[in-house]
Amino acid sequence: MQTIKMALKSIKGNKIRAFLTMLGIIIGVSSVIVMVAIGQGSTKEVQDQIGSLGTNVLTVSVTGSDVTFKEDDANQIQDVNGVEAIAPTVSGRVTVKNGQTNTQVSMIGTTSSYLDVRDLQLQSGRFIADLDHDNHSKIAVLGSDTAQTLFGLGDPVGESVKVNGTSYKVVGVLESVGSSLGTSGDSTIIVPLSTGQRLASTTEIGSVYVKVENEDAINFASRLIEQTMYTIVGDTDSYSVSSQEDLMETASSVNETMTLMLGGSAAISLIVGGIGIMNIMLVSVSERTKEIGIRKAIGAKRGNILLQFLIESMVLSSFGGIIGVGIGVISAQIYTLATGTAIAYSVPVMLLSFVFSLLVGVVFGVFPANKASKLHPIQALRYE
Amino acid sequence: MIIHEPIIQIKSMKKMYELGGETVMALQSVSLDIQKGDFISIIGPSGSGKSTFMNMIGCLDRPDSGEYFLDSEEVGKMKSSQLAAIRNKKIGFIFQNFNLIPKLTAFENVELPLIYREMKAAERREIALGALKKVGLADRANHLPTQLSGGQQQRVAIARALAGNPPILLADEPTGALDSKTSKEILEIMNSLNEQGHTIILITHDLEVAKRANRVVRIHDGQLYENGGEWFADNKNGTEEH
Repeated sequence: MQTIKMALKSIKGNKIRAFLTMLGIIIGVSSVIVMVAIGQGSTKEVQDQIGSLGTNVLTVSVTGSDVTFKEDDANQIQDVNGVEAIAPTVSGRVTVKNGQTNTQVSMIGTTSSYLDVRDLQLQSGRFIADLDHDNHSKIAVLGSDTAQTLFGLGDPVGESVKVNGTSYKVVGVLESVGSSLGTSGDSTIIVPLSTGQRLASTTEIGSVYVKVENEDAINFASRLIEQTMYTIVGDTDSYSVSSQEDLMETASSVNETMTLMLGGSAAISLIVGGIGIMNIMLVSVSERTKEIGIRKAIGAKRGNILLQFLIESMVLSSFGGIIGVGIGVISAQIYTLATGTAIAYSVPVMLLSFVFSLLVGVVFGVFPANKASKLHPIQALRYE
Repeated sequence: MIIHEPIIQIKSMKKMYELGGETVMALQSVSLDIQKGDFISIIGPSGSGKSTFMNMIGCLDRPDSGEYFLDSEEVGKMKSSQLAAIRNKKIGFIFQNFNLIPKLTAFENVELPLIYREMKAAERREIALGALKKVGLADRANHLPTQLSGGQQQRVAIARALAGNPPILLADEPTGALDSKTSKEILEIMNSLNEQGHTIILITHDLEVAKRANRVVRIHDGQLYENGGEWFADNKNGTEEH
């Protein structure tokens, strides 16, 4: 208790130096907290979004370039046991233009069931009808971002836009779905499948969204679809059937790696902060050689001196840790307010980085403290 | 008030130093008995082995050979942690440069030896304030050493030495850094402490200061001689030798 008081006194006696010493730890701890908050925030966001797409949806993607997979083939999936609805899609990138304003968006050509399978909502107007597909109609449903970019706050339904130079009539606008993994789900334009195939100049189907009847039977349905796909395509490497859960796992693992890397580099700065503490403690020991000599002369044992300097470095590092946690939380808050990115605080990470900073204080304080405790009282007393 | 019961018994104490490749015999077989309640001066010029002898008496260093009984304990062969405990309990140091810790107040400086004795705060407070009162500085308890005059600082140092109530006060040139008026005050405090029963060992090169003691021994070239005062007076080479 008395030793802690002495340590506080000695730190108070040199505030600027104490602050500069703590700075390394403060930066280290606060960056660990900010990095992990951002990393975990984005993991959570991605998981929420993927989850919001529905856990009863499977995605069948055709990846092989030398296989044929047409609309009729896709329709065979509809006949698989347990499948409620399918939405075959073809996709590409197109330039959409309204008057002088134009934007690059992703084009999805699909059928009327897409709205239900992907669980999307309409903001206004209507979605693609079966008739539009049969008629190769030049109509389009805009994603919310696309609508806003081209029409501002006005209602685009009934207006026409130019897609790759051809005029299309806007029949509806989708509600916002947010962005996931850096790609916006709202910068889209949806057209009838037949029209989309013409825009992408292909007769193939890129991927099929499959809604299953029973969420619990999704793995079973997935296996049946794989068998069907094998009979159609004949090459297991050319297609994949994935659930949202698979996507979620991939996204999470990517994010976890990122969080680990960010947290790791921040942890290195904590160690650098520890070296700063050691440096200052060594200076402090040689500055206070005389004091150590006096203390030893009047009866301080090695252990007393060791403890005094060790506690001093621990007080420094734990103060730095506390301030670092505070600054970390505040900066993460500022970051989320400024950029709108989601963050997630992790109490275990805060505790861990505080404990780690305390540990840094002990580890890097031992060497200077030991040096101080080993001084010979006569030599230390003579030191000026 | 000398009680004939030795508090310090030193028998053929030897100490050598390696200095620049040369071996210096700092103490060549020194023997000395000091009685409880005595006031003894050890006088000698610089380089006489005086400081080495003081370090030995003060348990700051160990002799190469010989015996040293302090309060009937053999301290000559103790480990450094045991010596620290002995210094804390048995010896009160008074240094030439006061050696107060500049960041601590007078009170905190006086309290320090008691902290290393692991005494409770309330008890420490009482004893430390009592010691400051004894040297007439109770009203300066919360002053830093830099806010005190040299004489006051030395009185704080005396209070610190007294706080642990050690059987021996060891003063190394206690007036070396003070003017003659303050020196007199400090020496008077030491005389009165001796009258109260403290054993005092005063190390100095100044004959006038040494004469305050009941007994003056002289150290020269690592050898100790009794009747130091008379020798200096006879040879008229008292203070100019250093």
